[in-house]
Amino acid sequence: MPAPIRLRELIRTIRTARTQAEEREMIQKECAAIRSSFREEDNTYRCRNVAKLLYMHMLGYPAHFGQLECLKLIASQKFTDKRIGYLGAMLLLDERQDVHLLMTNCIKNDLNHSTQYVQGLALCTLGCMGSSEMCRDLAGEVEKLLKTSNSYLRKKAALCAVHVIRKVPELMEMFLPATKNLLNEKNHGVLHTSVVLLTEMCERSPDMLAHFRKLVPQLVRILKNLIMSGYSPEHDVSGISDPFLQVRILRLLRILGRNDDDSSEAMNDILAQVATNTETSKNVGNAILYETVLTIMDIKSESGLRVLAINILGRFLLNNDKNIRYVALTSLLKTVQTDHNAVQRHRSTIVDCLKDLDVSIKRRAMELSFALVNGNNIRGMMKELLYFLDSCEPEFKADCASGIFLAAEKYAPSKRWHIDTIMRVLTTAGSYVRDDAVPNLIQLITNSVEMHAYTVQRLYKAILGDYSQVTEDEVLDILESVLISNMSTSVTRGYALTAIMKLSTRFTCTVNRIKKVVSIYGSSIDVELQQRAVEYNALFKKYDHMRSALLERMPVMEKVTTNGPTEIVQTNGETEPAPLETKPPPSGPQPTSQANDLLDLLGGNDITPVIPTAPTSKPASAGGELLDLLGDINLTGAPAAAPAPASVPQISQPPFLLDGLSSQPLFNDIATGIPSITAYSKNGLKIEFTFERSNTNPSVTVITIQASNSTELDMTDFVFQAAVPKTFQLQLLSPSSSIVPAFNTGTITQVIKVLNPQKQQLRMRIKLTYNHKGSAMQDLAEVNNFPPQSWQ
Amino acid sequence: MQFMLLFSRQGKLRLQKWYVPLSDKEKKKITRELVQTVLARKPKMCSFLEWRDLKIVYKRYASLYFCCAIEDQDNELITLEIIHRYVELLDKYFGSVCELDIIFNFEKAYFILDEFLLGGEVQETSKKNVLKAIEQADLLQEKTENMYHSRSFIGCKKSILEY
Repeated sequence: MPAPIRLRELIRTIRTARTQAEEREMIQKECAAIRSSFREEDNTYRCRNVAKLLYMHMLGYPAHFGQLECLKLIASQKFTDKRIGYLGAMLLLDERQDVHLLMTNCIKNDLNHSTQYVQGLALCTLGCMGSSEMCRDLAGEVEKLLKTSNSYLRKKAALCAVHVIRKVPELMEMFLPATKNLLNEKNHGVLHTSVVLLTEMCERSPDMLAHFRKLVPQLVRILKNLIMSGYSPEHDVSGISDPFLQVRILRLLRILGRNDDDSSEAMNDILAQVATNTETSKNVGNAILYETVLTIMDIKSESGLRVLAINILGRFLLNNDKNIRYVALTSLLKTVQTDHNAVQRHRSTIVDCLKDLDVSIKRRAMELSFALVNGNNIRGMMKELLYFLDSCEPEFKADCASGIFLAAEKYAPSKRWHIDTIMRVLTTAGSYVRDDAVPNLIQLITNSVEMHAYTVQRLYKAILGDYSQVTEDEVLDILESVLISNMSTSVTRGYALTAIMKLSTRFTCTVNRIKKVVSIYGSSIDVELQQRAVEYNALFKKYDHMRSALLERMPVMEKVTTNGPTEIVQTNGETEPAPLETKPPPSGPQPTSQANDLLDLLGGNDITPVIPTAPTSKPASAGGELLDLLGDINLTGAPAAAPAPASVPQISQPPFLLDGLSSQPLFNDIATGIPSITAYSKNGLKIEFTFERSNTNPSVTVITIQASNSTELDMTDFVFQAAVPKTFQLQLLSPSSSIVPAFNTGTITQVIKVLNPQKQQLRMRIKLTYNHKGSAMQDLAEVNNFPPQSWQ
Repeated sequence: MQFMLLFSRQGKLRLQKWYVPLSDKEKKKITRELVQTVLARKPKMCSFLEWRDLKIVYKRYASLYFCCAIEDQDNELITLEIIHRYVELLDKYFGSVCELDIIFNFEKAYFILDEFLLGGEVQETSKKNVLKAIEQADLLQEKTENMYHSRSFIGCKKSILEY
């Protein structure tokens, strides 16, 4: 029989296969050859054949018939055979197969082999895939090797012991004596694996933990040497000496210092040293800092150290490296319960991370955001979270919606806000909301009687949108309860009735019920109600064929209010818009502003029930009086454009974070109460000003402008200029971009700092230049409607 | 570490090291799903992702993805350093390592990995010591071969120790 082909030859051949079928054919042919070779018990080429088998196994083909051959290789005296044999065992065998037990004896022999590389193979294999039975049988051998002076073997024995302990925890005791001098080693390999072994033991046994606490000073010393020692080429990674060992020591210190004052105190200095001296320009330094932070937060460290740790995390959040931001968010999530206030300081940066492109970062930012919501920041946070809900990936929506409901329930500043929020969630992500939310909403509405009018409108819009989970009956239940309730005003009832009527065209199953309700109110004492009911009844009876036309959706309208053109929401049943919050919040970190109180979650002013606008296109007319009634419910809810949350420029944040000494944020992130204004609104371009006052300098007002564009074409080369009276000083920071995208899909944000030492009334002249629809535009305007709080 | 996978941009497995006992079927399923997940990631995304109850750390070097599954208490950032160290070791051994080296010398890639990690933990933090051990083992293998066959080995390290 010719010699079996060489491994590399086979690899080369298989790689020439052009199709899966061709490859399979080659493999099958080779396997057949290998099988016959195995049957012949050929010692010379067994190694080669098993190696080839391992290659084919990696490609995904079955190789179990080679398992016994691996054992034969292991039993061979040739090092080459052993090397491939053990590799094969690790790849093809696992503890589920009885066959692996046959290895035990071989391994035992090899653990006592005269050649350390053979011993090494045995230790490696045992430590990688040894079953509990094997571990039990061979623990004694491992323990012996743990005491050897040969560092090559000692380090492997330590990790092998770790594996044994994981598989058979009761055996842990027997390794205790051997651990005595482990940390006295100079060899880093042994040190590292010893620390891993000690960690494993301490994690599994409180007794061991207590026993090993005395090692803290020694560990501290070793760590100190690593940091202070000069350049060691053998262990250096970007200027840091043996980062792997440093990280493992820090982790062990964490376990030893937990819940123990003395140990924690003993490691305080070294932790501070590592935290302040470690080079952060590369990942390796940050890896050590990360571990240090975890340790500081977990032991009983003094408060100064804790603040240092949180600040490191804060710095991490601003790091360009996504990986660093990710671990920062993870760590903050762990510490947010215990060090809530410290983490709150970084809230705006965390909220920014909601807009990150990376899914993992977004998820963590979302979880953290929910953890940070409280009574003070609920409005601002909810804005961000609702925006997030709108724009996030489907996999987040359910969790986000649930989180919002929970937060809203706990901290809602008002009932109306609460209902708004729920509505917003339902319309934004209705299909993702968990079923139990629906009855809660209904409960909430029926409980807050004074909100009925408002709720009816909102509910009506919501239901006619995508939120199909609320059944028709449930909707009618609500509307009917409003009609029946003693507390509902006449106006409210009017709306309820009209809403029910309009629903008659949308609902299919419950039309009869609607008819019944309508006819009941035909004899209502309330004249207004009676009139409506009678007319609606007529609609059912005489004009049924026109009912759908009359009750049809109202088209989009141009609504002019005193504030200039507002965002128009398509009325009558379009979903509560996404268009409302189409402007992505500005790029800078955003402290909440209670100014949002007035301007509501949806940016709407108080939605007045009767809005005196005429629809631009009237539905087919047949009975003008009916049209008038229908015209009443112009449920635009059209908000004044969503206000830009106050934005603090990136510039002001870093000094605070990097300057570990100052613990006061530069800008007060709790209720400033300054309302925003629309400074300019013309030709589809709208500019909003939001305000913030400085804590440290009362003469400074920070204005954040947000420019948005409601036309169908982008505005490019946008430049905003401002001038103030002589007694003021102005500083204009760079804008976020020079393009105002169309359809309000984005904004330009820019920050203006105004110094007003004489506390004069703020006035400003602005000049806008931009290109739009192919022509250059320019406009000058005066802004005079600054609220007093912005300059007094 | 629970396992380490190396795979190409086309999703072909080049190395798989498992530190937890799983059936072949389970390993295949995990590999398939994870490879799909990692390959779907955009270049700007971070190197970490949550997958089932594990943390996945991955990094791409040229045409190869190095992917590790670590446990909750493991440090993601140092895992990136572990991956990098392994690549450095391969690079030193093969001399400017490329995917082909690992394809044609997969068993050596395993040998090197087994001198660097054991049971999912780092066993040697000195690059020099790992490479020295491999070198010595290779020499031992060479000696063994010489004893059993009269062959002379000519050529660079890559073609030495043919099976």
